[in-house]
Amino acid sequence: MEEIKLIEIKENILSDNDEAARQLRQKLADEKTFVINLMSSPGAGKTSLLLQTIERLKNELRIGVIEADIDSVVDAEKIRQSGAAAVQLRTGGFCHLDAAMVKTGLDGIGSKDFDLIFIENVGNLVCPAEFDTGAMKSAMILSVPEGDDKPLKYPLMFTVSDVLLVNKTDMMALSDFDTAALRKRVHKLHPEMEILEVSAKTGAGMDQWVDWIRRAIENFS
Amino acid sequence: MHELPVTESILEIVVKHAKQNQVSRVVSITLEVGELSDLENEWLQHYFDYLSKDTLAAGAELKIQRAPIVLKCRKCGHEFQIRKDELGLSDCPQCGTAGNVSLVSGRQYHIKEMEAL
Repeated sequence: MEEIKLIEIKENILSDNDEAARQLRQKLADEKTFVINLMSSPGAGKTSLLLQTIERLKNELRIGVIEADIDSVVDAEKIRQSGAAAVQLRTGGFCHLDAAMVKTGLDGIGSKDFDLIFIENVGNLVCPAEFDTGAMKSAMILSVPEGDDKPLKYPLMFTVSDVLLVNKTDMMALSDFDTAALRKRVHKLHPEMEILEVSAKTGAGMDQWVDWIRRAIENFS
Repeated sequence: MHELPVTESILEIVVKHAKQNQVSRVVSITLEVGELSDLENEWLQHYFDYLSKDTLAAGAELKIQRAPIVLKCRKCGHEFQIRKDELGLSDCPQCGTAGNVSLVSGRQYHIKEMEAL
């Protein structure tokens, strides 16, 4: 009878993606293009927040957007109308973006011609957190109607993001959202996380967010 | 939710090692997956069975070991394990400092070893 052999492997399953992301970040650094990966649940306001952000920065930065919404071209159309360039990645039901898909988008838009590119990741708080996209920074949007308990349910997302935008603060009066509890929960998971309260609808807090982006780009270059 | 791309990656690595070691059939594969990942064992096996059909690894059993979440207190350096549902709730058990920890492990996706004929 044949003998069963035990073969040691010790390989990281995600090492291909990690390596692709590292190379992408290097290429973007050489091109002086800053990339922010934007993650949230569906409906948290990624697209409206982007439109407001583009409005405030379009005179100082060349901005592009890579949209990864599932099989729809609606978001990319809206972005193009705002004056920024946009490419739509058809993710065909994929639950997240990985570095290879992001690279396709960056090649498609011509990343070297931009100062700032946003990746609008697939609306999902689980899978995008596990895959490095090659972006320099990751921003997460949590909208007030989603509740202040999300850090307890999706801890990894809150661990991998660099900044948290609490969006739809205009709806605060209608909900029992507890901002202090949220801050405490987030900071227990990720002590350095910056938390900005914004409303893409009224514009409240948007200046602080735009300043955060300016600072991030300045520290990078 | 993203079991499919992860499974593709597992299969690729396993087949590579199977060829290097000149084995005829892979019997089992031991994975170490961090508690923070949301991978479902059952789905991983289903996808694996489907993708591996015509390879050396067809029929191999995936043995999935969950690696605990380990945090390190940045104040006193103490490392401690917690359950996923305790994340964001627990203070350092040694010095009591709240909310000043870094993640030591819990995110990993490793293939440890495989058994082959």
